Amino acid sequence: MSLDNYLYLSAILFTIGAVGVVVRRNAIVVFMCIELMLNAANLSLVTFARINGTLDGQVIAFFTMVVAACEVVVGLAIIVTIYRSRRSASIDDASLLKR
Amino acid sequence: MATNNGLVYLIALPLFGALTLLLLGRKADKWGHLLATAMSAGSFAFGLVQLSQMLDREAELRPVTQKLFTWISVGSFNVDAALLLDQLSICFVLLITGVGTLIHIYSISYMSHDEDRRRFFAYLNLFIASMLLLVLGDSYLNLYVGWEGVGLASYLLIGFWNKKPAYATASKKAFVMNRIGDMGLSFAIMIAFASLGTVSFSGVKEHAHHASEATMTAIGIMLLIAAVGKSAQFPLQAWLGDAMAGPTPVSALIHAATMVTAGVYLIVRSNFVFDAAPNAQLLVVIVGAITLLFGAIIGMAKDDIKKALAASTMSQIGYMILASGLGPAGYAYAIMHLLTHGFFKAGMFLGAGSVMHGMNDEVDMRKYGGLRKFMPITFVTFGLGYLAIIGVPPFAGFYSKDMIIETALNAGGAKGIILGTITLIGAAITAFYMTRVMIMTFTSPKRWDDNQHPHESPALMWIPMAILAIGSVISGYLLYQGKAFKHWLEPLFEKHGEHTELLPPIVVSGLALTMVAIGVAIAVIKYQLSEVDSVAPEKVSIFTRIARRDLLQDDVNEALFMRPGQALTSALVKVDDSVVDGAVRGVGKMALGSGSALRKTQTGFVRSYAVLILIGAASLIAAIWVVTT
Repeated sequence: MSLDNYLYLSAILFTIGAVGVVVRRNAIVVFMCIELMLNAANLSLVTFARINGTLDGQVIAFFTMVVAACEVVVGLAIIVTIYRSRRSASIDDASLLKR
Repeated sequence: MATNNGLVYLIALPLFGALTLLLLGRKADKWGHLLATAMSAGSFAFGLVQLSQMLDREAELRPVTQKLFTWISVGSFNVDAALLLDQLSICFVLLITGVGTLIHIYSISYMSHDEDRRRFFAYLNLFIASMLLLVLGDSYLNLYVGWEGVGLASYLLIGFWNKKPAYATASKKAFVMNRIGDMGLSFAIMIAFASLGTVSFSGVKEHAHHASEATMTAIGIMLLIAAVGKSAQFPLQAWLGDAMAGPTPVSALIHAATMVTAGVYLIVRSNFVFDAAPNAQLLVVIVGAITLLFGAIIGMAKDDIKKALAASTMSQIGYMILASGLGPAGYAYAIMHLLTHGFFKAGMFLGAGSVMHGMNDEVDMRKYGGLRKFMPITFVTFGLGYLAIIGVPPFAGFYSKDMIIETALNAGGAKGIILGTITLIGAAITAFYMTRVMIMTFTSPKRWDDNQHPHESPALMWIPMAILAIGSVISGYLLYQGKAFKHWLEPLFEKHGEHTELLPPIVVSGLALTMVAIGVAIAVIKYQLSEVDSVAPEKVSIFTRIARRDLLQDDVNEALFMRPGQALTSALVKVDDSVVDGAVRGVGKMALGSGSALRKTQTGFVRSYAVLILIGAASLIAAIWVVTT
């Protein structure tokens, strides 16, 4: 099996994630879509590492996971706080910045 | 030239007084006037010492210098801050400090009720220091420092009672008109530097012979403009009348005896320039002749005693300027008239101050009359000054003015006849308006109301007046005796051949005295033998009305300079508003407009930001892809 297929899969997953971020309103879903995009990127990094026969890509994938874990903690905390104060998890409701 | 390291003390003493009084402020209120007077007197005593040392030396060795420090040193161009005391400056040093000290003494009493007396004395000392620097500087640049200094002191003292807006305006007017003259002086310095490469008196004198006549004419005309501004000559004369807003001692010291004669000093000091530039010299004579008549005519119409005296000052300085424009023959007489004028005019101004002191500061001569009985000392001192100014022998003015008339007549050809006639007419008019002042103030019947209690001034005031009166009696004879003064100044000027005499001196004197007698007679008939109105009559000829308005000098200035200047500035304001401010405001508006347009993209919806980021990233990748393949 050609390693290219992993890259195609990565591209498809990234697109699904990107579309999800733009289209969906629920903050949790948007959040999950971002995770999907990150993991799509991870997949392509690992694939490139395999293609080139070096470990660089795999190392960077670990970094991405660490950063993603931190981001989940902070992001979920923000979503929960917004939900508590506004009784809504819709990201369109949190559009006060323009005023 | 010999050096003398003591010259600086002449200036340092009054400067120290001025700084002390100004810096200590109210703390010096109790003794400030005494310190200032002592400083001025000390400077005078020091000047006398210098004179006696100078008299001991041979004529060629008399000038002494002192280098204070190197002021400017750029490549080959060097200007030292240096002082020069020669036969000419010593006259001025003694006049300034001598008359200055007397006026300090007078002011102690005259200003005793003024709560700002300390500030007044500080300014007086500042004036003395600046004026001494003016006459002691050994280059045009040093002179310029003193020149500006006296302008400042004059401004401060004219506006001394600046609580009255009219007085503050008068000081501003004097300052602005003086600035025009100052521009002339700075241009003269620039031309001398650019074309001769030196600004010292001795340097310019060396170059005067081989420089082109055009250069010397340019320098001469610029120096004349400077003299015209400072000495209130035509056409920059309008400020002197208003300068009488200052306290009377100031009018006596600055606007009669010393500062306004600085223009004469400048021209006589620059004799080498004018000798090398006949056209500029002719212009000097013309200015002098015009002002001589101009001032005299204004003097005939003024009812304000100080303004009448101011017009007379203008006219007398016209005599001096005229004499200094007559070349080597006239320089000595210009300075001689300047010295005698310093005595009698300062004396008369102090007399006017004494009259005002006794009359509750009334200045209108139509509200005087019969004061001879109430102020005998003032009457006598003023009267001696009066006899001196109209030129009755053997009083001071006779010698000095007679010599000017004689020199003018002997100037040769039509020029001599015209100038001689003008000076003779001037003498007649002088006699008329001074007699008018004398009669209206002292000898005509009283026209003041019963609230007035005229009284003689205290001794502190009349003693200086008496000393000046003695000076106006004897100074002319002393200076004239054996042509002493002419020989004293001779080493400074070029030799001149004896002129052919148009008329023998005795005839000239006779003519002058006849003119004086006519002037006096008309004034006596008009004012002593007939009633004087206590209010200025309204139904007078157009000529009188014009003369009362200072021969329209303010109207001319207003029409020629002020209105166009105002139009120019308001046009510039419009340009500034529309073009300059328009550009500035336009930039602001542009930023504001583009900002409010771009603001619409900030919706606050996270998803729209996400789309924008996505589009941005995608187009970045696309761009890289396009570039690399």
